[in-house]
Amino acid sequence: MGKVAIIGVGQSTFVRSYPGSIRELAFDGFKDAMADAQITTRDIGASVICSAPEYDKQRSPAGVFAEYLGLNPQPTFYVESLCSSSSMGVRLAYSLVKAGLHDVVAVVGFQKMSEISSSESQERMGRGADIQWESPFGTMMPAYYAMYARAHMEKYGTTPDDLALIRVKAATYGQLNDRAVYRKPVTFDMFADPANRMAGPVASPLRVGDCCANADGSSCIIVAGEEKAKALCRKPVWIMGLGAATTSVNLAGRDVFTGLTVAQQAGQQAYAMAGVGAGDIDVAEVHDCFTIAEMMAYEDLGFAKPGEGKELIQSKETYKEGSIPVNVDGGLLSKGHPIGATGGSQIRTVVLQLRGEAGDIQVKDPAIGLVHNIGGVGLYGNVTILGR
Amino acid sequence: MGKVREVDDRFKKFGTVSFTSITKINDFVDYLENGKINGTRCKTCGLVFFPPRADCYQCLSDNMQWFEVSGTGKLISYSKLEYAPIGFQDDVPYSIALLDYGDYKVFGRIDRDLPDEDIKVGMQMKTAANTLPNGQLNYVFQKA
Repeated sequence: MGKVAIIGVGQSTFVRSYPGSIRELAFDGFKDAMADAQITTRDIGASVICSAPEYDKQRSPAGVFAEYLGLNPQPTFYVESLCSSSSMGVRLAYSLVKAGLHDVVAVVGFQKMSEISSSESQERMGRGADIQWESPFGTMMPAYYAMYARAHMEKYGTTPDDLALIRVKAATYGQLNDRAVYRKPVTFDMFADPANRMAGPVASPLRVGDCCANADGSSCIIVAGEEKAKALCRKPVWIMGLGAATTSVNLAGRDVFTGLTVAQQAGQQAYAMAGVGAGDIDVAEVHDCFTIAEMMAYEDLGFAKPGEGKELIQSKETYKEGSIPVNVDGGLLSKGHPIGATGGSQIRTVVLQLRGEAGDIQVKDPAIGLVHNIGGVGLYGNVTILGR
Repeated sequence: MGKVREVDDRFKKFGTVSFTSITKINDFVDYLENGKINGTRCKTCGLVFFPPRADCYQCLSDNMQWFEVSGTGKLISYSKLEYAPIGFQDDVPYSIALLDYGDYKVFGRIDRDLPDEDIKVGMQMKTAANTLPNGQLNYVFQKA
């Protein structure tokens, strides 16, 4: 059985409030990927549609999108694993291609978060956790990650200032990304000024600046088998390794609070499948829904030893010119986090990097890239390793 | 005229807002009303569960007995919310937390009467039943 490649990538511009319906939003990302791949809808054997439920009213969006994207009568699949839905969609596409069922599969991720208010959105996201035993206490995503942040600070001496450095890096690159929702600079001093919005409390010890921006957006990744990829694509990027893991939804069922076991396990699987280690990664996109999430990703993926993630950001090693550039597209923090579209957008960034087509944020000559995409509060973990 | 079907939806009393009303462990709410926080133990293999479960994933038995969460647990972590999801705004600010009892862990809220400066990761706390201002029930962590 041959290799599996990514032959086209696309995404919409991530915006605060998209002036159109969800099918129109999905079309933007799809159209971008189709232009990139230079193929027609007849080349696509199946579609995989990815999002988290309950942000919009549409039941079973896959069927609606398949028609709107011109992908009838091909089969379509709906994949959901909260914020990692589109990475999970790529995992499904890989297996469909590998199994020989389809030569080319389009993975379309989307989320129109602006269909509901911010406090409704927090309630929806809180219900991505344990609705029977946790949500009745009034949980929300920032508070869960804040509990990890506090545990990390207690054990390793990480500080709110270390986390602020991660936000400053994200904003540095968000300004260069014309698809990002948040394109303004964020300075370290903003966090020191209690009157500044960035320093405002959300869920201690996390502040406004530690949290990613909600956004509306779509992404599309076109996956193909080796033969087809070589015939259709000038610069295929190969899927070298895939990892995926789950854990207890309720924090009471977990033992580790300074890292995400699903990321550690998915990372180990992906490294083993690709036959590479953390030191071989030239560029990475990690799931920085909160600054602490990026800090833990450094350690969970082996870019730093446990507790030493802060040194990586303090020394700017995760900047574009550093030893392991991370989230040089602005990350979820500045680029924005339209739940179901996020994994595809992260993969797009790494594919463009490996092709040498990343423009202002291009890292010097990367050969191997990694994507770390988490669903829920470390409930679902996906790691994807890509190579030229 | 058919007989009105009785629905056991006691669980809707759990939490500021409950998202579940019907569950096989509804007795949890009766215990809570009587001041007890209970988990379940599998009578077949002995595995202990908090939160309580009706089914054991280890031996697949549904032969469970209740046990009371007693003694103290160690505070693993917590977060104070200054912003709340819809339905919880009247409770702000409040702190969610996790206690480690050794054989099991308990996720819940810290008693709002406990001053912030007295909360320290690693401290021993106890779990107590609590009635919320809206008449709903939950449990909170207090200084041991």
